[in-house]
Formats: sequence, structure tokens, C-alpha cells
Amino acid sequence: MNQASNEGTGTARGVQRRAVIRGARCVGRWVINVLLVLLFFFPFFWMLSSSLKTLGETMQFPPSLLPADPQWQNFADAWTSIPFAHYLMNSVIVTLAVLGLQLLTVVPAAYAFSQYRFAGQGVLFGITLVTMMVPAQLVFLPLFALFAKWGIINSYWSLILPFATSAFNIFLLRQTFNQMPRELVEAARLDGASELKIIVRLFLPMAKATLATCALLTLIATWNDYFWPLVLTTNDAVRTLPVGVASMRASESGVNYHILMAANVLLTVPIAIIYSFASKHIIKAFAYVGDK
Amino acid sequence: MPLANKAARGGDGIGEASLATKPTLVVSAGRRRAASFLALIKPYVVIAPALIVLVVFWIYPIFDMAYLSLFKWDLISPEMVWVGLENFQNLFADAQFWQTLANTLAYTFFVVLIGVGMGLVTAIYLRKNTKTNGFLQAVVFSPYVVSLASVSLLWMWIMNKDYGPLNSILAAFGISGVDWLGDPNVALPALIAISVWKTVGYDSLILVSALRGIPHHLYEAARLDHADGWTTFRKITLPLISPTLFFLVVVDVIASLKVFETIQIMTLGGPQNATNTLVFSLYQYGFQFNKVGYAAAIGMVLLVLIGIFAVAYFKLLANRVHYR
Repeated sequence: MNQASNEGTGTARGVQRRAVIRGARCVGRWVINVLLVLLFFFPFFWMLSSSLKTLGETMQFPPSLLPADPQWQNFADAWTSIPFAHYLMNSVIVTLAVLGLQLLTVVPAAYAFSQYRFAGQGVLFGITLVTMMVPAQLVFLPLFALFAKWGIINSYWSLILPFATSAFNIFLLRQTFNQMPRELVEAARLDGASELKIIVRLFLPMAKATLATCALLTLIATWNDYFWPLVLTTNDAVRTLPVGVASMRASESGVNYHILMAANVLLTVPIAIIYSFASKHIIKAFAYVGDK
Repeated sequence: MPLANKAARGGDGIGEASLATKPTLVVSAGRRRAASFLALIKPYVVIAPALIVLVVFWIYPIFDMAYLSLFKWDLISPEMVWVGLENFQNLFADAQFWQTLANTLAYTFFVVLIGVGMGLVTAIYLRKNTKTNGFLQAVVFSPYVVSLASVSLLWMWIMNKDYGPLNSILAAFGISGVDWLGDPNVALPALIAISVWKTVGYDSLILVSALRGIPHHLYEAARLDHADGWTTFRKITLPLISPTLFFLVVVDVIASLKVFETIQIMTLGGPQNATNTLVFSLYQYGFQFNKVGYAAAIGMVLLVLIGIFAVAYFKLLANRVHYR
């Protein structure tokens, strides 16, 4: 562009040349855009397409892009080939329990860290921050031993308790609570408002966006989690959907990819729906988290 | 903080009393003492539920793992045999462990390098705030919100050597495909590619917001100085986004060090141990080979690796909090 303008500014040839370059750039961008969409959506398209094929069609070479005759029956088969409803219920129970307990533990802790001064505050907040860095993949073995001793393996407790609070959400919410104008809180206190009332009437409404962010991130993480339900349970009693669906791949007669992909679609649909409705907020939430 | 300030100001009576009671009430000394005791322990009571959960389920297990690494134990029998550092000696003498460690480090290095690199290129490409870019951002980000289990099942099917679309696409270009997950030379790079596909959206998203945060007048000044694109990038863009780049490197390193799902679902550490990683072998030794002490020793190695990057993260966090 620069070169073009230097060579022939004002002349008809220069104008024409610039137009050509601009056109080429435009086309180039479109090609790249289409490639990006293909690269990131094709796998999902393939999942959907395979979920509607017959077993024979999944094994033909070269594979067909679209199913010749969509097999909606595959979804019913996926639903019945594993205790799908049972896994689904477990996923819903665990996710809701984690969300509820986090609300009860995260909000008070964030409030206290933000609004009170007390001895040992720095140390306690330090412990909270350090925990953010401890992945579940590091502590599952000692926790399995501990939960076995408590007798809560294969109960909801083992899946819910460790996630009953979130150091990360405490950190995020405290940042927001710190922005509350001091005068407002003091005025409320002078009016004789109780702490609970101050939290519910002042802090929670102000932190709505952060609360939604925390809830969304926790919901996605809990619903998607495969590792914890896999390692902390030994049977199907409380196992969640991702573990249930993934267990379908281990069939002796080879993997029935059409049924597996149908189950995978069903597993992904809740998150896909949430994402399509809240993609703007989710993207903002992650950008906001990364900013902290 | 308001409370602390009030106390520091020496208390004008009204502010102090309002902590616990209404200022207009005349309260007895005893009641006031009880109230101030309540005010003293209140923060701890309020924090307790969260902190107990964090300490019992996330801090204590680390110490417990260090303790377990000194024993021989099968997780089931009541008897634990003290062996001291024998687990570590065995671990460091085991060639398979070194390969597992090398796999983990190679995986982490390439996922972070390619992921952040591609994230940066994508971010620069999508940095302008337009409708198309917003849509593309959502597209590139979408794999990030999907469960790793789903992604693993999906790519296992795509990379199927006989019927998967990847090899047929290559065949259409006259390239003969490979057994992506069954060839020891290709399996680890294949897992790296999947991880990059999943996380590049996140990296680019964070970098786009960093790029948009760069003050526009800096670029205008560069244009006035006739700086070319590359110089502008090197002298203005890169220094200003380097804290974000560093943040992403640390976050991605910790995420890569704990890789498990793709391996457990797609390769089980094979072929020929080519995709075995620290977390997967920790899982195998703990739950399949019933060597808990040995597994805990592997866990300690992982702890050290994560610890190094966690320290880096907190240094960074402290700096950012300081400068903002």
C-alpha cells in the first residue's frame, strides 16, 4: 500500500493499482476467514454429521461429508446404550450443588477479605491465592485415600465437597467488592442496616456482572469435568455425563462411532446452547479473568 | 477497610458503636465488651466455610502426598510400610519415568510455544473491533468451552487412520496419511495439535484485549516517524503486551503440565510410552498398579514443576497489582 502511494499518487494508474491491491487484500481476508471457520468448526460439523450416519456409512472410504439418510434413531440408541438419564441427573445435581455451595461460601469470604481488617488476614488470603494454583490432578490421590477413610467414595459428597468453594472466585469477587464506595457502606451502617442486609442490598447488586462471570465459569468447568468424577468414583452410582459418554469408546467390537458421536452431541449440546446465548458474556468473562 | 479506618481515627463514639449497635442506644459496659468480641471474631467466622474447604481439600492433600511418598502402600490394605526415599530412588532409576518427564516437558513446551504464537497471530489479525472479527473470535474460542472429554472423543474419530476425515483430506491432496494415534513418532505431536486447537482461542482472546489496550497515539507517533510495520511491532506492540504474553505462558504451562483427558481417552500413554505424561502415570501407578507411594513420588515431581511456575505467576500478579 505504502509503495503504491509513493509511486503513483494522483495518477490514474496509481488509483487503479491501489484499488487492485485493496481488492486482493479483501479477497485474501475472506479466504483466511473461511479457513478459520473451517478449521475450528469442521470438527463439530463432523461430530454432528457422523451422529446421523449408519454404522456402514461411518466405515466407508472416502467418508461422506453429509449423511446419505439421516439416522435420528442414533440419538435414541445413544440414550439407551448407556444409563444416559442417570448420568445426566448426576451431572445436574453435582453442578447445581457446586454452584449453590459456592454462592454460600464465596460471597462471605470475599466480603470479609474486602471489608474487614483482622489479624492474619494476609496469611489467610495468601492461602487462598496459593490454592488457585493447585490443580486437581495433583491432589486426587491423597484425597481418594482420605475420602475412602471417610467412606464417601461413590457418593455425591466426593464430587461436590472439594469444589464447595473456589479460591479463584473469592479473588475475583473481592476485587469487585473493593470498588464499593466506602461512604455508601458507612451510611448504611449508620442507618442501622445489618451486615446481611448490606451484602444483599449493596454488594450483590453492585457485583452482578462478576457474580454472573463466576457462575458461568464454574458451571462450564463443573459440567465439563471429566477427571474428577473419573478418579474419585469406582462405579456408576454418581458418575457424571462426560465419564459416562467416554466409557462408550471401550467396546470390544470396535468403536461404534455413529452412536458415540450421537452421545457426544448430546453431551455438548447444553454447553453449546449456553455458549450460543451467552457467547458475548462468556468471551468477556474470560477476557476479564485474563486481565486480572 | 472502612472499619480499620474508623478504629484508627480513634473512634468518635458514633462510628464505633455503629459496628454492633444503634448509636442512640445507651449500652452497658458488659454488652459493649460482648459486642466487640463478636466484632473481633466475625471475620474469621465469615471466612471459615471457604477456608476450611480450601485447607482440607487443597492444602492438606499436598502434605499428605509428601507423606505418602515415603511409604509402600496399595491404597486398600491398612498396612503402610515405611520405605523412606526408596520410591524416589526407584523413580529416578526408571528409564520410563525419564521418558514420561521428557514427554510432559516436550508437550508443555510445544503447546505453549505454538499456542501463544498462533494466539498472537490470530489476535493481530482480529484486533480491529468489527462484527466479522467478533464472530471469528467466537468461532476460534468455541473449542475452549467444550469438554476435553468431548474434544478427545471427537479427535479420536477425526484421526482414525482408516475412516477418519483427516487422512481422506490428505489423500485428496495425494498425501498418504499416517496412524495419528498409533505411530510413536506422530502421537505426541498429534496430541499437541489438539491442545493447540482447543486453547488458541483463549490465548488470542486475551491478547486481543491487550492489543486494544495499547494507546492509539503511540502508533500515530510511529507513523509520523515513518516506522515500518515490523519496527512498530517490535518497539511498541511487543513491549506493551509482554506482561500479557508472560501471563499466558505461565497459565498455559500449568494447564499443559496437568494434561490427562486426551491421553486417558485417546492413547493410554502409548504407543510405546510415547504419550505417557506425569499425571497419567501418577493415575496408573495409583489406581491400576496399586503403588501409591511410587505414584505420590511422581506427584512430588509434578508439584515441583508447578511450584516453579506458580511462583512466577505470583511475582507477575504482584507486579500488575502494584502498577495498576
